[in-house]
Parts: sequence; C-alpha cells; structure tokens
Amino acid sequence: MSRPVGTTAHRGHSKAAALFLVDAERAAWHDRSLWFMRQKRDLGTALPEWESLRLAGSALKAHALSRLADLLEEFERRATASGVVVHWARDAAEHNAIVLGILHTAGVTRVSKSKSMLTEECGLNPFLEARGIEVVDTDLGERIVQLAKEPPSHIVIPAIHWKREEIGALFHRTMGTPAGETSPDALAAAARVHLRDALMNAGAGITGANALVAETGGVVVCTNEGNADLGMHSAPIHIVCVGIEKIVATRNDLGVLLRLLARSGTGQPVTAYTTHVTSPRPGAAMHVVLVDNGRTRRLADEAMRTALHCIRCGACLNTCPVYRRSGGYSYRHVIQGPIGAILAPAVGLVAPLAL
Amino acid sequence: MRVALAVPCYVDQLRPQAARATLTLLRRLGCEVSLAFDAPCCGQPMFNAGVVTAARAAAENWVRASAPFDAIVMPSGSCTHHVRHHLPPFLGGEAAGHAANVTFELCEFIAGPLGTPTLVGRFPHRVAMHLGCHAQRGLRLGGSSELHQPISGPMHALLSGLDGLTLVPLDRPDECCGFGGSFAVGEPEVSAVMGRDKLTDVIAHGAEVLVSSDPSCLLHLEAIAAHNGTTLRTLHVAELLEEATR
Repeated sequence: MSRPVGTTAHRGHSKAAALFLVDAERAAWHDRSLWFMRQKRDLGTALPEWESLRLAGSALKAHALSRLADLLEEFERRATASGVVVHWARDAAEHNAIVLGILHTAGVTRVSKSKSMLTEECGLNPFLEARGIEVVDTDLGERIVQLAKEPPSHIVIPAIHWKREEIGALFHRTMGTPAGETSPDALAAAARVHLRDALMNAGAGITGANALVAETGGVVVCTNEGNADLGMHSAPIHIVCVGIEKIVATRNDLGVLLRLLARSGTGQPVTAYTTHVTSPRPGAAMHVVLVDNGRTRRLADEAMRTALHCIRCGACLNTCPVYRRSGGYSYRHVIQGPIGAILAPAVGLVAPLAL
Repeated sequence: MRVALAVPCYVDQLRPQAARATLTLLRRLGCEVSLAFDAPCCGQPMFNAGVVTAARAAAENWVRASAPFDAIVMPSGSCTHHVRHHLPPFLGGEAAGHAANVTFELCEFIAGPLGTPTLVGRFPHRVAMHLGCHAQRGLRLGGSSELHQPISGPMHALLSGLDGLTLVPLDRPDECCGFGGSFAVGEPEVSAVMGRDKLTDVIAHGAEVLVSSDPSCLLHLEAIAAHNGTTLRTLHVAELLEEATR
C-alpha cells in the first residue's frame, strides 16, 4: 500500500492557516484586499488580444528556455562589451559571496536595495548584515517588512498584510513620525525622506531585474516608486541580482512580457517606471550576477519546466482562495502561494512542512 | 444509445436522492436508462491522495463497467472530470479512452447527447447557482471570470429556461466553496471559512435556493448552512430539475 503523501505535507500549512484565521475580521480584510487586486487585474486585462498575448508570452519563454545557454552567453557578450561585469553563480552561496566580494573590494558598508525576490531566495540581507554591511530595502512595502524584521508576505505587495494604523505605529517607533499618524500621504512623505537618505548615501545600489534582453545585453527593471532608478543612478556601483530564467531573446519579446506583467499584477497597463539599463554611467560600475540556484535542475525536469515561464506577476496569489485566507507566511516559502508551491522544491530552500 | 446511470460512492452513501432524481428526470425526458453499471467509485479520492494501488483498482473496475455503454451519466462534475481527464493517462489503453468518452455530467448530457438544451418546467424561486471547480474549470461547463467570460454552460442554460426561476448574481460567482475533497480534511479551517464566505455571498443576494451540479460542494455548504441556522434550501441540480418538470 502506497503512503498518502498529501496528508502530512498539508499539516504545516494547515496549522499556520488556522492561526491566521483566528482573527476572523483581519483574515476577511486580507481576503478583500487581495480580491480587490484580482478585480483590478480583471479590469486591466480586458483586452481583445489578452489570451493570445498570454500564449505569446508563454511561447517566447519556452523559446528562451530552449536556448537558455546561447541567450545567456549572448547577453554576457553584449553586456561585457558595454562595460558591464557579468558574474555567474551556481547557487545562493556563490551569489552572496560574489556580491560581498564586489562590496568588499570597493569598501562599501551601506547598500540600498530595490525589490528583488531573488535576493530573498538567496538570503542576501542577513548574509550581508552578518558581515557588517547595512542594507536598506527601498521599496516602501519591503522597507515596512524589513523594519518589522519580517520577510515579504506577497511577491508583488510585500506588506499587504499590514494595516495603515500598524504602519503608523511602526514608523512612529522607527522614523519618529507623530504618534497616531495614519494618513497614507503623511506616512509616504516620511518614508520618502527616510528612504532618500538611504538611497543618496549608499555605496552601492542593488536591484533585481524583471528581464534580461539577449539582443541588447540590457537589464529591465520595473517599479512603481522609482526607487530602483534612484538607487542605481545615485550610487557609484550598481549590482543587478537576477535569476537566469529572466532572459528573453529580443526587445520584441520583452514588449509582450511587459504588457503582461503589470496588467496581471495590478491591472496597470504598465508600471510607473520601466527602466532599461545597458551600460554603467560614466565613472560608475555595473555588475550583473546571473543565478542558477536550482533553475537548470527545474529545466531538466520535463514535467515541471513550464514553472520557469513564471514572470512573478503575483496574479495566482491574488486569485487563490486559499492564499487570500491563509496569508503569505502560511506557506513558509520565499515565493508564496500556488506558484511558490511549484517553484520552492527546485530551489531547495523548502521547509519540509510546507504545503 | 445505451445509457447507464452511474451513482458515485458519496452520492450513494450521503445523497441518494440526487441519484433517484437523475434517474426520474432522464426517464421523463424519454431516455431509457440501464441500472446495470456496477462500479461503485471512480477512485478519485485515492488518486488525489497518491494512493496509487487503490486508485488503479477502482479505475480499472470503472473502465470495465463502462464497456457495454454509449453514455454513462453521473450527477457529479467532479467524478466526471476524474474519469475523463485522469483515467486515460493513468491507465492507458483503448478501454480507458472509451470510458472517458462516454462519461457525462448530468447537465452536459441533457444539453448535449440527449439534445435538450432547455426544459419545459416551472420553479418560481430565487436561485443561486454554484459550479464545482472540476465542472467549471476542469470540464469547462461554465464560463470563468478570470477569462472575462460570463457564467454560462449547460446547467446555467437549463436553469435559466425554467418558468419563474430567477438566477441571482453573486459577487464572486466562480469562487471555490472550499470543499475540495480531502482538502476539507487536511485544511479544515480554510475550507470552512471559504464555505461561510460562499454562503454569505449567496444569502446577501436574496437567494432562497442554492443549487449545484456537485453533491460534494452541497455536502460542505449544507453542513455550514445548518451550523449557522440559515433557512437556505440546498438542492442538487437533478433534484431541482426533477421538481420543476413534474
């Protein structure tokens, strides 16, 4: 008799979900917040060509993955020719060591960082902090969870589980905003001042990347806050940390992905900032760290390789009735929700209790 | 056409009236129905839990029982989905392909092979419709909101055609009710909250009756409704259609 594997595997998630649901009112609020995102996505994706756009996106990812080595080397050649230093990391440990090496060589002790699930996956922040380097996450949601010493609970909206009254109290404690201040405008203004200091005085700016384009050797970063731009343009060193599955062949392919990304995530036609970087600024240095960390193992697995088509839009989290009612932490994965359950085993950082 | 009634295990044990209503309704529509189909379970619960040996035994038995028939009709979208989409790759072979091709969920059988897209009947009530996830997204027996489709499909058509019946719109018409088979056992708290939320949506829109083509969803929702002391009437679509066409 074969063992029913589903039952014990569920227990970790189930227990965490039960805890999340103890505060029924808060859980209902979480569900409504995410459903609101799902509705924004429905409105933003109501295009006649939407489903064919999705198919095109999947096809171009399949194409890029089928030529992964060639495209990555093409990217490396072009980026190198433009003055970018390209590094290859087999796993999280190599990635962290490469970043630390760049910072040590330049004598950097303060780093600003824009949103990057890859660095979460690699545990970069605790690694650098343990070695005396101060890291400030500059995406507002990420800064909130960083100040609270929490990981993101959603890949696109890291602090979706925080209420503004709680953010007001957190900012009062950490930034000295007036007690009881809960106005989003006032809190955002305080965060702007606080983050600008970190952005302008960092020795290096670390960013993730939403795509790498082989034919241009370019890196593409999408944000709504412009924090990645400030970080990469004000620090003397820009370090891009990126998973190798983010490569696409051409700028035309990129156009399809960018149309899919923000619409699926938040219903926006495009993010407020879409930045294309192909070379370091004069007098500055730019590094790109290409990270495998289980991705080629996933690629070799025929049944599971389409998981690498994921563009990290977060739409599956917003629509998942279980995620909405159990919260991001119930999964104990860096990438939460349905796609996380598929991606996490390949990365090898999974707690065995997780869903 | 040699048509057989299949009674899924949990319908047999927990909601036999849905099977009786299916039989009465099909006969009323002029269909000769054999009661000789003798497989008690398609094996889905074991399959989903990864209990391969038991799942295979049940599936092989189902395939064997299917051989003599041109259509096997079930009051369950979930079991139909398992037979149609899982058995051929699981077992392989022509017999499994035949079983997959001839197994139908009740509403899709009435509207499709039986050629009766609308029924003459009367049901003067405000009704909320719930499609199970397997019927909705597995069998595509209804449109999906994430694909920008209206809720449609055979159950919707059969219900909308009845005199006096008002289908109430829901805020989240295709959200899962939270049952999910063994999901309800492994994740009881999330499952129950999803069921409560579904009922809240149904009741908030003034429905008197909740109807589903899946008895498993009804099992879950009925238990929560009873626990909460609501007066909502829950019916399997076979029971509703049988009552409406008397």
